[in-house]
Amino acid sequence: MIRKAWWKWVAFLLLFYTSIYGFIVKVPKLDDRLEHSIRNMFFHVPMWFAMMILLFVSVWYAAKYLRTTSPIDDFYSKAFAATGTLYGFLGLSTGAIWANYQWGSPWSGDPKQNGAAIAMLIYLAYFVLRGSMTDEDKRSRIASVYNIFAFFMLFPTLWILPRLTESLHPGGQGSEGNPGINGKDMDANMRSVFYPAVIGWTLLGVWVSTLKIRYELLKAK
Amino acid sequence: MKKYLKSFLLVLFALGCFVTTQAQDVAANANIDVMRSNGKIYVVMAVVATIVTGLFLYVYSIDKKISKLENK
Repeated sequence: MIRKAWWKWVAFLLLFYTSIYGFIVKVPKLDDRLEHSIRNMFFHVPMWFAMMILLFVSVWYAAKYLRTTSPIDDFYSKAFAATGTLYGFLGLSTGAIWANYQWGSPWSGDPKQNGAAIAMLIYLAYFVLRGSMTDEDKRSRIASVYNIFAFFMLFPTLWILPRLTESLHPGGQGSEGNPGINGKDMDANMRSVFYPAVIGWTLLGVWVSTLKIRYELLKAK
Repeated sequence: MKKYLKSFLLVLFALGCFVTTQAQDVAANANIDVMRSNGKIYVVMAVVATIVTGLFLYVYSIDKKISKLENK
């Protein structure tokens, strides 16, 4: 039997609900080009939400490692960073698909796109850094310090810089609103799919991360 | 043995779906059934639901394997 199964069932039920109801729910007509592709809100945007939560957990354990120097904290930090980065890349690629049909090309140098790409590259460097060191204590310590740097680079790349310039993302005119989503565009119907999707994808990410952690723990034995 | 049983059941399920769709092709000449309404968007829904289910089955099986190793 799998360990502590109830929240894993919750993850499955929420995502199953999203993938069914996300296609059925009535969505508002926002502009002539968007049409039903606004339903991508239920699939593309939760990637970013879940990524931020997972990367926050990762930096939490990185800071904890620096206090405790227990290798288990480093396993946590690494696993959550890996899953978070995977979600980031899924967010970039699903965004590129959507952008191709909404903005005319998969990559248009939108400040939000560029910022997200930079953030992902910074996190890739985290794994390169880890791979470049053989001494375990040193690796864990330097990786933890770098992880904290990488997490705080998310602030300018995802949240500050895209707000300062014109963005193709909704709400990105000047410094108005959020250059990722515009809360006002989502009606109550859409919220009833969007938030379960965010929780579902986050729980799935946690599940995959715990699998990685348990694998590392078994290997360390 | 159990592993093969699962694969067998999956193949059976896929075959079942295939046969049902074929049968429906013959039966429904007009676009009257749910799967063909609204620009066939429900086909996409079925695909996404299948992917999510398959993904979870996969993660579940890995979890079970790791749990088994941990209990050793």
